[in-house]
Amino acid sequence: MVVGMSGGVDSSVTALLLKRQGYDVVGVFMKNWDDTDENGVCTATEDYKDVAKVATKIGIPYYSVNFEKEYWDRVFKYFIAEYKKGRTPNPDVICNKEIKFKAFIDYANQLGADYVATGHYADLKRDEDGRMHLMRAKDQNKDQTYFLSQLDYHQLDKVLFPLAGYTKPEIRQIAEEAGLATAKKKDSVGICFIGEDGHFREFLSQYIPAQPGNMETVDGKVVGHHMGLMYYTIGQRRGLGLGGNKKSNAPWFVIGKDIKKNILYVGQGYENEHLYATHLEASDIHWVDDVVSRYEYDFHCTAKFRYRQKDVGVTVHLSEDQQKVTVTFDDPARAITPGQAVVFYDGEECLGSAIIDRAYNHDHLCQYV
Amino acid sequence: MSEVYFDNAATTPMTKPVIDEMMKQMTDTWGNASTGYSYGRHSKLVLENSRHIIAQSINAKDEEIIFTSGGTESDNTAVIQTALTRKRLGKHIITTAIEHEAILKPMHYLESLGFDVTYLPVDENGNISLADFKAALRDDTILVSIMMGNNEVGSRMPIHEIGEILKDHQAWFHTDAVQAYGLLPIDVEADHIDMLSTSAHKLNGPKMVGFLYRREGVNFPSFVRGGDQETKRRAGTENVPAIAAFAKAVSIDTPEEKQRRQERYYHFKQLIVKRLTDAGVAFEVNGQLDPNNLNHVLNLWFKGISTYVMQTDLDLAGYAVSGGSACTAGSIEPSHVLTAMYGKDSPRIGESIRISFGALNTEDEVNGLVDAIIKIVNKLKNVKGVED
Repeated sequence: MVVGMSGGVDSSVTALLLKRQGYDVVGVFMKNWDDTDENGVCTATEDYKDVAKVATKIGIPYYSVNFEKEYWDRVFKYFIAEYKKGRTPNPDVICNKEIKFKAFIDYANQLGADYVATGHYADLKRDEDGRMHLMRAKDQNKDQTYFLSQLDYHQLDKVLFPLAGYTKPEIRQIAEEAGLATAKKKDSVGICFIGEDGHFREFLSQYIPAQPGNMETVDGKVVGHHMGLMYYTIGQRRGLGLGGNKKSNAPWFVIGKDIKKNILYVGQGYENEHLYATHLEASDIHWVDDVVSRYEYDFHCTAKFRYRQKDVGVTVHLSEDQQKVTVTFDDPARAITPGQAVVFYDGEECLGSAIIDRAYNHDHLCQYV
Repeated sequence: MSEVYFDNAATTPMTKPVIDEMMKQMTDTWGNASTGYSYGRHSKLVLENSRHIIAQSINAKDEEIIFTSGGTESDNTAVIQTALTRKRLGKHIITTAIEHEAILKPMHYLESLGFDVTYLPVDENGNISLADFKAALRDDTILVSIMMGNNEVGSRMPIHEIGEILKDHQAWFHTDAVQAYGLLPIDVEADHIDMLSTSAHKLNGPKMVGFLYRREGVNFPSFVRGGDQETKRRAGTENVPAIAAFAKAVSIDTPEEKQRRQERYYHFKQLIVKRLTDAGVAFEVNGQLDPNNLNHVLNLWFKGISTYVMQTDLDLAGYAVSGGSACTAGSIEPSHVLTAMYGKDSPRIGESIRISFGALNTEDEVNGLVDAIIKIVNKLKNVKGVED
């Protein structure tokens, strides 16, 4: 049994629970990002030290494996390419698909593991035919199926999510009672190349030259300047530097981008009509298992189009080649963001996801990239 | 599960006679050797007796031995203090691309101070060429630092030939003999060596002790500033029990014993290579199978099997081998030695392990290791990846 250990409390308790259940557990730390500073210290060091402390406390061997190249090629290049297009990608979704549940699982198999476990909050159910279904975790607040939604049932076949039935406070309590060094460690942001302090703009500017330009209303009125379109995301309120005006004191929001003209569109009011969409188009579709045989090409289900959002009712229409999906909302949805995943659910089951390309308000294309 | 140790190039266990000696001296000989009363005189006596044993082992004079904290300090002292002391005579230094970090990092530091360092390349066997060396040598060369034998692939450098060339040149000749000292007879006079670094824990001695030999007339101030110990060449109170234990390890490792070890390890290497070949394992030796190399090191490339997998699988099977040096987050740094030998794009860099033998390894253990490797290789043939 190989457990992916990040040095956080969730994966620490995962290893502990499995060890208590009598499994032969091996802890493996994945190093996906080289962030060695000028003094030769990589910030992954502290996390690895925590893995060492916890593994020693539990009494399991631990190792480190390096997937920096795989991460760079398959996750980071995608991440940068998406930002260059003005989109807001979700690297964790891709990291799970390409690294944690692909390169890492292959590595664990080479170590002779029968199962691989991670500290994700999600559940799995095997049906009568032996196929795996991805289910939401008991702790709906922490449910991470959103990030796992691009996996398929093959990848999940030999996976365990031991935290499925626990809430986060319970996990922290177990860690504390067991005296694990990570019991009180703060949750990470998840994205391994963005430090805790999150100097995100500075980080991004190392890879993509920032091109400042105008902030305009949809009527073409210049109301300010932006620092580079990549720094903004649809629905963003903070950091625009715009105050109220004579007409209205309502706050300003990012409502769209025009990459060609390098314009950031902004509008006033949380309820600004330009932030609302009736349907969206998405591609890069991944189903956990075939949906067409189950629901055909058109079906009603629920969806999330960002993490930690309540499900909304949607009607899904799949193109004949299953390469594109049109998702129509039961009620207009706010701040649809190209590059993010739209994740589909049938009750407690996560069906899969697609990456959002465009949003529409009836037949009108929203200015979302 | 029994655990078998095959990483003796990293460090070796202390053997019983060495432990006994250290225990005895820790009990009896704890006085400061620089003091003028009986405790000090007793420590001084043990210290100087140890120095004599060690000096004899390389055909040096007693006063040419400086005890240090080990290989890294000896290397740092030799490289940095030579450069700083002799900078008026020139700024050029010659070394090789496959030195230990304890040489390479000081070289990088000297480059940052304006010194000009030539790194001699190596061929696929891990050997430098004398022609390259001669071509690199300049009138303003002040230091040549070339290891006696390599820690990753065991290749030997032409120390005698270089010593001959340099005996009439201003450059001081330093050699890092940390790996070689336990296996090769060394004669600093015959080889015209000016400075030589060793470490006790590579030959069953304690850690944090070693020596720097410096030829009479080769003068530089202490790298560590402080008291006047080691005739002002190395500040800090001598660790007499550790030094005595080091001398004990050296006295056990006689020239005849070194010869026996070289032959025995070469036999282990041949045995491993033959059995892996017979079993149809896809592998190659990194470097050369040559009885004149440092035979305690065998570096193998298992084609298509990542270093992480092989090292971890072997550890889970109870065998400790090296996958290379790890960064502080545990991930393995690409080997600069294999890179120098095969280029940075060679698959060998991510798919090799180093097996290194010590005085305590038996042929049964070697056979057990080969069994484990064959089992792992066969198991991996049947693993289907998600990637495929």
